This record gives sequence, structure tokens and C-alpha cells, in this order.
Amino acid sequence: MSVNMRFGPYGGRYVPETVIGALDELTEAYERYRDDPDYLSELGVLLGHYVGRPTPLYRARRLEQAWGIDEGLWFKREDLCHTGAHKINNALGQVLLAQRMGKQRIIAETGAGQHGVATATASALVGLGCRVYMGRTDMQRQRLNVIRMRMLGAEVHPVDAGSGTLKDATSEAIRDWVTNVDTTHYIIGSAVGPAPYPEIVADLQSVIGIESRAQMLEETGRLPGSVVACVGGGSNAIGIFRGFLDDADVALVGVEAGGEGPSGRHGASLAQGRPGVLHGSYSYLLQDPDGQVAEAHSVSAGLDYPGVGPEHSHLRDIGRVTYVNATDEAALSAFLECSRMEGLIPALETAHALAHVRDAASSLRAAGPVLVCLSGRGDKDVDQAGAALGIDASA
Amino acid sequence: MPESGAARLERVFRDAGRPLFVPYVMGGYPDIDASRRHAQILAKHADIIELGIPFSDPLADGPTIQAAGQAALDSGTRPSDVLDIADDLRDGPPVVVMTYFNTVIAQGASEFLGAAAAKGVAGIIIPDLPVDEATEVREAAREAGVALIALAAPTTDDARMAEIGESAEGFVYLVAVTGVTGGEMTMDDRLRALVDRARRHIPVPVVVGFGVRTPDQAEQIGELADGVVIASEIIRRIGDAPDARAADAAVDDFGAGVADALRS
Repeated sequence: MSVNMRFGPYGGRYVPETVIGALDELTEAYERYRDDPDYLSELGVLLGHYVGRPTPLYRARRLEQAWGIDEGLWFKREDLCHTGAHKINNALGQVLLAQRMGKQRIIAETGAGQHGVATATASALVGLGCRVYMGRTDMQRQRLNVIRMRMLGAEVHPVDAGSGTLKDATSEAIRDWVTNVDTTHYIIGSAVGPAPYPEIVADLQSVIGIESRAQMLEETGRLPGSVVACVGGGSNAIGIFRGFLDDADVALVGVEAGGEGPSGRHGASLAQGRPGVLHGSYSYLLQDPDGQVAEAHSVSAGLDYPGVGPEHSHLRDIGRVTYVNATDEAALSAFLECSRMEGLIPALETAHALAHVRDAASSLRAAGPVLVCLSGRGDKDVDQAGAALGIDASA
Repeated sequence: MPESGAARLERVFRDAGRPLFVPYVMGGYPDIDASRRHAQILAKHADIIELGIPFSDPLADGPTIQAAGQAALDSGTRPSDVLDIADDLRDGPPVVVMTYFNTVIAQGASEFLGAAAAKGVAGIIIPDLPVDEATEVREAAREAGVALIALAAPTTDDARMAEIGESAEGFVYLVAVTGVTGGEMTMDDRLRALVDRARRHIPVPVVVGFGVRTPDQAEQIGELADGVVIASEIIRRIGDAPDARAADAAVDDFGAGVADALRS
């Protein structure tokens, strides 16, 4: 089966000539292995026994009451995945691919550090060297994940360019790949980048949507009325949406980073950007009139990205998915509500999806049960969220 | 009908009868006036000027050009400012602008290329626009009379070299190293074989760049290829100069040195 290179007009391979050969090689490898029984069985065993899949579907009854969602509020518990987020689904799939392509070295970019930790973990598991690029600002706000990556044997390489966040880390990872392309596989962490990455990442994350569709049917006897997920680059969102794209009655909602609110800085590429090229693909992008890429802002490092995956741009244009946003403030309060009413500390990224569910509860519940991709847990965020919410460890 | 950019570039190669010197100037670094001066100084020594339009996320560039581009953006440089520098170089060697794809499509490829042509630009290099994505832009460029200069790399296989060669105009920019700008090339059998392979598949002149730092290296490349690009080294010398006058002198000295090496 051939791999999707474009989603409508979006996607493509806008990268230096040097890596085109490697993209061809990756495309061929994925076409060959995506249906290969040995590859699938090795990945399946790891997802089952190492990651902990299938992840449970959980009904959040107290939040459901507090927010007035009588039809049911369900969480797809990707936060229970080994390493704490959905990122491991992709990292394992790609590291097994890298092994089969004979690559000796793994690189990755990371924002919140969840993809970095997942890649460091997968690399340790198969014994490949790993370097993770991370913006210096993100290294400070996601300190715990920096320590985890180093404990796992990965080298964390600080990036000072630009605003020291995910965009800059991704650029630097691509430059490393351009230089070491013969020996190195670049594991992109979101559904972004040049083709075939957006398709590979979406495919590897689609397990979220496939599982949760079956689980909803089993638990409730029906499909959800709406599915809500946060969108930075958009890998957890595309993963869960892919389970429901053909179910026309299921509303799909992506929640971007609203940052400081309407008049301030934000990360809402689909709402306020226009199409352009960043990191190898054509997609919605925050940029100035000259095409200079704007610096995004979000309280959550994982959503602090001026671009978005090309499939989301297409789904936006054709109206299949509605993209909205939630501010830093709304996300922080939802973070606290979820922690205190469900005993689940969500990742700050995930808290954006929860904030939207809370703030749009009256319209969402009209469609039926609400399914949220609880994409990650918030252990990594305790320093930053604690500081923002005035919670500390003082005696 | 004025002579097309491709024809002007090809004529320069034909008339020179020796390898060409293609120095790079980052428009707006360290500021617009200085970069205009540097371009004019280099124009005395150069056969073609490569003029960079800064972009916020230059994926093919190493730290030196990244920092220069960021400095240019920080001081408010816009694409139109850089095109004005090209306008001022009309009496000199042809100008080829180098920028990234998003800069070109932000205002629309036809508009951008039309504006460039109106300022006398002969060609454009877009390092993140590989040959298979370039069809529309190539048409817009032909329409505007600007040559779309393709890049080839050490990792480009023979079939792709031929594909690049088929649509090539002006010249092809052959990347000497597997990597970003600002490293250091070494003249070895591998590079000789690469240039040889490129020349077999590509009917237009082949210019080599990435990691060329010294007049000696330029001379060695000149023995194999039709021209040589030097970029990061020039920026480094500008950055190392204690003041603007010293920077001008450094650019002049270096340009003269490379030009001499290629003429000897």
C-alpha cells in the first residue's frame, strides 16, 4: 500500500535535497513493513506488554456532574501508557523501523519532553544511541523530563536559537539529520514534517482511535457524540480522530493553544495562521506577511508550536474537524479541576482539551457522550503548574 | 524582450572561460547599508553575486548563516530591502537570490518572482524546494524570466541527477558535503567523483558550494567544476572585523584573493 504524501493540498517534502534519498528510503521501508507480520507482531507485543495497551476507557463521573455532561464524559487513558503519554506508540513503531533500515543512531526533537522521553526509552530498549534536541526554555520548564531522558542514556542537546522552544528544536534536529543522514533515523514526534512522516505518525497513533471506538461501543453501545483532543503538531488528535473520520455523526474537535487570549500571543495555527511551509510540509502556520515564522506561545511546551500537521489543515478546510482554542488560564483551571475531582493530574497539553469540554459543555452534550483523549499525565508539569497555581512544597 | 536570467547566467559562464567566483552576501547583515556595500565590493571580484534574503528557520544553514540571518531580521530587514540591493547591483555581475520557500510563497510565487525580476535578479536558489516539488514555481520563474537554480547533493542518486539536469536552468548548485552550510569540505576522491557524476548528468554549468573556506580550496574546486560559492567564510570575516571599515577591507581582501586563485 502506498503512503500518503499529501492531504488535499497540504504536506509534501519541502526539505534540502540531501535528505530526499532518506525520505524515499523511509517511505519504501514503511510501505514494506507496515503490513509485515514480523514487524507488526514485534510492535504488537511491545504495545501490549511494555506500553500497557489497550489503554482503558474511563468514565469521569465527577467531572461529568460538575460540568453538566449527563450523556457521559469518557477519557481514553493514554496517560497510562508507559512513559506517561501517547508518544511511545510512535517512538516504538519508528525505532523498530530504524532497526530494520540498519540505522545506528536515533535523533528526535522534543517540546514538553514526552516525545524525547519516549524516544530515549525506545532507543534504550533496542540499544541504539539517542540524541534529543530540546529548546533551552523548554529544558527549564520541563526539567523533570530532561533528567529522565539523561537517566535513560540519551544525550539532551540544548537549542538556543529563536525562542528556545519546539520549533527551534525541530529545526536543529533536521539539521543534524541532513548532516548524518546515512547513519541516523530521525524520529519526528508529531504528525508534522516532510512526507512520509505525517502519515507514519498518524498511522502509528491511530491505535488510539481504533481502540477507543471499539471500547465506546462496548461500554455504551453507541459511538460518542463528539471526540475532543488537544492539538500542537496534532499527533494524539489525529490518532484518536482516525478512528472516527468515517463516522459522519461523530463531531471531531481539536483544541489549540489559545495562550494569552485573543489579544495576546498564542499557538493557534489553524485558527489564526495561513498556509505556509515550515519543517518540510505545507500547512497552516503562524507567520508575518513576509513569511517569517512567528513565535508561538503556550503555557504548555507541547502546544507551543507555530505549525500544525498537514492532515489537520486538510480536515479543517473540508470541515470534518472543528478547531477551537483554550487559553493558558482556562487550561490551568481545568488542570486543577481534573486533578481534584478525578484524582488524575493531566498533562498541561491535555488540560486544553479538558478546558474546552468544560467551557463548551452545553453544546457538546447535545450530541451525546463526549470522548476526550487524555493524551498524557501531568507529572512533568508539577513544577510549572505549581508555580502558576501557587502550589508549592513549603512546610 | 529583455534577456532572461538563465541566458544571462549561462552567458557569464561561456564568456569567462574559467571557473566562476560566486560569493554570498546575507542581505541585512550586519545591516542593510553594510550588506549593500559588501555586495558592491564583492561585485568587483565576483562573476555572480549570491544575495541571501533572511528567513526565520533556515534548515539548510549552519550556525554562521543562521546567526547572520537572525541578526538581519532583528534589525528589521524585509525581502524588499534585499531586492533593492540587487537593484543597485545592475551594472555588476548577475545577482542570484537565495531564500527559503515560505518567503517566496508568502506573497505568492508569481508576485515574488516578478518583483525580483523587476529589480534585475537573474536567478533564485530555494534550498528547501527539491526538484519534485518545484513544478509550479519553475513555471512562475520562467514567466518572470528568473532562473530557478536547482541543488544537487552527495546523496542524490544518478536517476535524480538526471531529473535535476532535465529541468535545470542557469547552473546547478552542487552541495559539496552531506550537511548544512558552514562546515568544511575536503577535496578528496569522493568529492571528485561527485562533481564528475553531476557533470555527466547535468547539461548546465555545475557550481560547488558548502564548506569552501580558502582561496586554495576554491582553486581546487575550480579545477573540477564551473564555479565555486563561498558564503559562511565571508560572513565569519565580517563578524570578526572590529569595525565597519575593517569589515569592508576584509571582504575586499578575501574577494580579491579568491578571484586571483580562480584566474591563475
